[in-house]
Amino acid sequence: MTVLAERGHVVHDPHEHHEGPTGILKWMTSTDHKVIGMNYMYTSLIMFLLAGLMALAIRLQLTSATGGLVHLSNQQFDELFTMHGSLMLYLFAGPFAFGGLANFVVPLQVGAPDMAFPRLNALSYWLYLSGSITMMLGFLASGGAAAFGWVGYAPLSEATFSPGSGPDLWILAIALTGFSAIFTGVNLVTTIFYLRAPGLTMFRLPLFTWAMLVTAILILIAFPILTAAMVMLFADRHFGTHIYTVAGGGVPVLYQNLFWFFGHPEVYILALPYFGIVSEIIPVFSRKPMFGYKGMIFATMAIAALSTGVWAHHMFTTGTVLLPFFALLSLLIAVPTGIKFFNWIGTMWRGQISFDVPMLFCIGFLFAFLMGGLTGIMLAAPPIDFATHDTYFVVAHFHQVLFGTAVFAGFAGLYYWYPKFTGRMLRESLGKWHFWLMFIGFWVTFMPQYRLGLEGMPRRVATYDPGLGWQLLNQISTVGAFMIGISFVFLLVNVWVSWRKPVAAGDNPWDGHTLEWFATSPPVHHNFERLPSVHSERPTWDFHHPDALAIVHNTNGNGKARESVGVGSGSDGGSE
Amino acid sequence: MRIEALFLIGIAVFFGLVGTVYWFWAYEQGGTMMLAGTTLLGLLPGSYYLWWSYRMKPRPEDRDDATIEEGSGVIGSFPNSSVWPFVLGMGLFLIVLAAVFGIWLLAPGFALVISAGIGVTVESRRGGTV
Repeated sequence: MTVLAERGHVVHDPHEHHEGPTGILKWMTSTDHKVIGMNYMYTSLIMFLLAGLMALAIRLQLTSATGGLVHLSNQQFDELFTMHGSLMLYLFAGPFAFGGLANFVVPLQVGAPDMAFPRLNALSYWLYLSGSITMMLGFLASGGAAAFGWVGYAPLSEATFSPGSGPDLWILAIALTGFSAIFTGVNLVTTIFYLRAPGLTMFRLPLFTWAMLVTAILILIAFPILTAAMVMLFADRHFGTHIYTVAGGGVPVLYQNLFWFFGHPEVYILALPYFGIVSEIIPVFSRKPMFGYKGMIFATMAIAALSTGVWAHHMFTTGTVLLPFFALLSLLIAVPTGIKFFNWIGTMWRGQISFDVPMLFCIGFLFAFLMGGLTGIMLAAPPIDFATHDTYFVVAHFHQVLFGTAVFAGFAGLYYWYPKFTGRMLRESLGKWHFWLMFIGFWVTFMPQYRLGLEGMPRRVATYDPGLGWQLLNQISTVGAFMIGISFVFLLVNVWVSWRKPVAAGDNPWDGHTLEWFATSPPVHHNFERLPSVHSERPTWDFHHPDALAIVHNTNGNGKARESVGVGSGSDGGSE
Repeated sequence: MRIEALFLIGIAVFFGLVGTVYWFWAYEQGGTMMLAGTTLLGLLPGSYYLWWSYRMKPRPEDRDDATIEEGSGVIGSFPNSSVWPFVLGMGLFLIVLAAVFGIWLLAPGFALVISAGIGVTVESRRGGTV
């Protein structure tokens, strides 16, 4: 049998009850990564809800060519799509992954009592919350919220074209959330490097933790540049500098370079954590170890590395960038992403797949991200990009990519870890309703937009000529968007039902592989009273299936792995 | 520690290569500077880690055959709860809002930041390992 060892009872005495403030004071003063992670998740889901409502308003406006249903003015429409994009990208998709899920799960997966810097972690949350409030305050500003798109291109975002305090609040909100992300990145890297359980070597880490490590490095590369770009933009607006204005000798396209040097890694900051979630869920529900574990790690690194070298593929049509360099690196990203798809399907291949809700969402992710990824390869080729730039083709492409990751895989993670977060199960039937309605709505929403883009419909327009024949496709798209919107009612009902009529989850409802399923649900203060021995990349599974240890699933080579597993399980951990 | 070091050094190597190619192909300053910065981001901590990885024995979490007992003992100091991150966060919030709503907000903002600095220092000195 595998030996159970106390780890660090010096650090935490399990019999000592943790006494701390409760209620609102607990929320304000907690430095526990679990409480902070939950705070992040609540806040980011509220942002997701608000941004989703904005999307529905946008879709209602476009239902008729002249904006028949809601009659938004051009200014209101611009504010809505700007804030929809900003909320979704800066305040939902990123923080939900690296602030919410990672904050809760990564310390558990590495067997740590908390994040490496608990107070810094709390500060990250407060900066994120104040950044969110700052951004929403824009709607109360006299000139309205920011209305220059989530990218905030100069010179449109300069004081001449976007006067008022709404754009200022937007810039400051990005700076605040940028610092919050940087602090979280530092915290994650340190936690993963220094607080792992004994025997949990780097190449035994769960793939979600690996994905978060690479994401954290990407955050450290990208967010400082965004913050710098925002500070310079603010200086241009208020202090009379001319960094991005032609009039004073500045270079407007510099803003685009700086922004996209952040912006493209940001797309993968939003994608890699969700790849990690899928890499956790598919093996568990296929009852198999991950196929090509090391290949997945190197694919993650390759995607991250390449993504930092492709920033200017968003700027092909500016005419100031080196087309072959950026086209080449962009097309290369397809290779590691293809490896990931191959390995996910290889994991499912001949596995005992159970189609529980988390697994359904993962399969939905595979379809959605495949479609978004394939059109991404198309757009990486400059000739296609020149033809479709700033049309609905691009809109459909990045919505399919980000919806695939942040929504399908993100909610897969929520359904998967909800029992760990709360100790209660979500209902399967309601979850399946949520999935199928969202899955169908997803295709109905975005497939017509590809067609619209190829017909030439530009993005960011509030009205269009009725004679162009775009109305029917837009109406189909709106119907799909409302299906997606309604599907989230099932999630809310599900959470409410699980709260009112709880079904106890137990510590390990899915027969999980990684260390978080060894902790109680929800985990106690400082997480672990004991840890299992770690002999492979799935220690909890090994502990619950001692007979299966003969199967070689360790990644450190063939013979050596079998040997070390055998010794460890045979001699009660005395293999020294 | 060795793998962590090589991971960071790998970042430096990759972006050093990409940055060099980019400079001699595109002759564009902004992107080259950002790639050079990214190279340093990998190189500085990476070389420090690499230096240490040769000076220290592998930690229990670096070894395949480590037992849980080897990792027992004090892991570190983890505060149970602290109000100071909240105070610091609200102070920074006010400082940022001062840029829009008026410079007078800097006064309460800096007051909160400084009190948080003092508070968290006192708290750290008082608290041991938790």
